[in-house]
Parts: sequence; structure tokens; C-alpha cells
Amino acid sequence: MDFFSFLYQNAVDNFDYRMLIMWAIGGLLILLAIKKNMEPTLLLPIGFGVILVNLPLSGVVDRVVNGLPQEGALSILYKAGIANELFPLILFIGIGAMIDFGPILANPKLMIFGAAAQFGIFFTLCTSSMFFDIKDAAAIATIGAADGPTAIVVAQMLDSKYLGAIMVAAYSYMALVPIIQPPVIKLLTTEKERKIRMKYKPSQVSKLTKILFPIVITIIAGIVSPNSVALVGFLMFGNLIRECGVLDSLSETAQRVLANLVTIFLGITIATQMQFDKFLRKETLLILGLGFIAFIFDTAGGVIFAKFLNLFLKEKINPMIGAAGISAFPMSGRVVHKIGLSEDPQNFLLMQSMGVNVSGQIASVIAGGLILNFFA
Amino acid sequence: MNLLGFNPHAFIETLPYMGKGMLGIFIVIGIIIICATILNKLTGKKKPKDDK
Repeated sequence: MDFFSFLYQNAVDNFDYRMLIMWAIGGLLILLAIKKNMEPTLLLPIGFGVILVNLPLSGVVDRVVNGLPQEGALSILYKAGIANELFPLILFIGIGAMIDFGPILANPKLMIFGAAAQFGIFFTLCTSSMFFDIKDAAAIATIGAADGPTAIVVAQMLDSKYLGAIMVAAYSYMALVPIIQPPVIKLLTTEKERKIRMKYKPSQVSKLTKILFPIVITIIAGIVSPNSVALVGFLMFGNLIRECGVLDSLSETAQRVLANLVTIFLGITIATQMQFDKFLRKETLLILGLGFIAFIFDTAGGVIFAKFLNLFLKEKINPMIGAAGISAFPMSGRVVHKIGLSEDPQNFLLMQSMGVNVSGQIASVIAGGLILNFFA
Repeated sequence: MNLLGFNPHAFIETLPYMGKGMLGIFIVIGIIIICATILNKLTGKKKPKDDK
């Protein structure tokens, strides 16, 4: 076969106009990553991967050539790292090493808002069950965990057909937290409520507490929600490395090198689930819409719960901190702090909102585990 | 998925999962709060006397 007939065969016979749409989507993700700085560590590899897997007869994914099956590099990576949930779990070690549980250990009661702000997950479960079978609905609902690795693990363990769309929704909305949350918060609170000042009472947390905390949480999660123990365990292992004080080098490696390495492979490998025939479906648009609902109801759940508590509290809490209970760290905590400052330049909510935001990370993982308990 | 097969009753049918899920998460977080409080009590640093 001469070059021109090969070119004709590849460009015409194996080409599909939907590939062009996928190239545009890949380009858009790269643009958002570079221009808008939206989750660039993930959206850029995903964007490039989308273009890569949507080329005619792309050699990076499994294909059949002259009747013989050929393995593609990204398909091999997918089987080795995502189909068995390995990449997201390893990433959790890095995330655990990045988290300082100090603020919530200093004020453990704040953790309750992390639980309330998981409402979006369960509301979306009910909503998506109207359109999808229950396992896919549960996988889609975990977009509301605002936690990419949890969403991947749950979708994979539930064998969802929509992993690509779930991933894109999860990471895009995490990046859009500063745009999604403020209108919801303002809609549900009065100006007077947004101006409520909260006293920050710093209390010292001992090193022993910080070391024992990840171990205790792992044991509790293991007993109460066995399906969440891999997620919680890896997260807490990373945190134990950070807090033990004798593994600074490992902690730094987990936070930087390990997390970065896995993120590179995770992003580009996820793109294997975004081939045009799998991705360009009406279900994808619906999943993006349901993910949006999940984030809105997460925020609403946290704020309304805080307002409910205020009915009984003498010392009122600023209900906006409830919104920081979603797992998107640290964006959500910062959003609440910024709104507080815009209402009253002397109202500093950063420590409280960051504490709640960290608790949202634990709560989202536990919510993912509960979803798996119900449906896996 | 079949949008023509849109099933609004599924929302009601899955409400128990919402109840169980939210209850479950509040219970687990409640246990964690209790444990963190106990940990703080048992291992926490005493406040320095000059902290007035």
C-alpha cells in the first residue's frame, strides 16, 4: 500500500466527524487548564489524552489491525492503574500527606458540617435514579463528593459505563467551586447571617493526638464502613507519614513527587474512557447537569444545617461555614472566607472554614464508602 | 438509559437510601468527633499559665 492510499484510508475510512468534536473538547480542557488555571494538573493531561485517543486508528488504545488485536499504551495503563483502582488510591497517600488535621482537632465539633455537606451526593442519587440504573446513579452521585479519586474508585467498583463523564464533571466542578458556591450561599443566607462573627479559640493539639488520629479514623472506618477502608486507609496512611515526624523525606515525596506522578498518569489514562463513541452521548450532558445539582445541594445542605443549628445555639455560627463542608480543598474554605470579608472586612472566617473544609474530605470519603456499602 | 423511560417514581423509591446515607454519615462523623475529643482530652497539651 503506497503512502497516499494509506493516508486516504486512515483519514477517510477510519475518520468520524465526532472525532473533531472530541478534539474541540480536548482543546477546551487544555484551554481551561492553561488560561483559567482550572485544575490544570488534571484537565491538561485529560485534554491532551482526549485528542490522543480520538485519532483515527489511534495506537494508544486497544485496536484490531489486520484482524489481530493490538494493545495500546493507555489501555495497558488503564488496566494496570484505574480498572483496579490503584492510581486513585495511591494519589490518596499524597493527599493525606498534604492535609493538616490540626484545625479540626482543635475544634472537632466543626466536623459535623462536613457530614451535612454530603447531602448533595444522596439527593443526586435519588435524582439520577430517575434516569439511570441504580449503580450508575450511585456512581454519578459521587461527583458530589467533590473528590476526584473517590469518584473514580466508586465508579470503577460499581462498574459504571460513564467513568469518563463522571471524571470530567467531578474535576470541572471542583475547579468551578468559586463560581458555583457564592450564589447558592447568598440565596440561602441573609446579610445579617453572613456578618455573624465567630470567635476563633486556638487550642494546641499535641503531636500524639495528630499521630493517633489517622490510626483511630482508619479503625473506625474499617469497622463501620468496610468498603471505605481502602479510601480512608490510604488517606490516613499519607497523613500518618506527615505527622509521625520521622518520615519527613517520605512525606515530602508523597506530597510532591508521588502525587504529581500519579496525577500525570491518572489524567491521561482517564482519557481512554473519552473515546467519541463512549463520550458523545446524551447521557454525558445529563451527567454534567446532575454533577452541577450535586454541588449545589452539597452547598445548600451545609448552609441549611448550620442555620438549623443556630435555632438552638446561644452563640450563633456563621451559616456560610456549612458550605465549606464539601471536599473541594482549599477552594471551598477560601470562598467562604472571601464572602465573609466582602460582607464585613473585619470578619475572619478562614480558620473555621478551613477546619470544616478538611472535615469535608473525611466525610466525602466515608460517603463514598457508604455508597459502596449500599450498592457494590 | 432511555430518556423516554424516565421514571419519576425512582426518586421516591431511592429516598430510603438518602435517609440511611445521611444518618450513616452523621453517625460515623459523630463517632469521629467523640474520638477526637477523647484523644484531645487524653493527650492534649495543657494550656500554658500565661495564656490569659
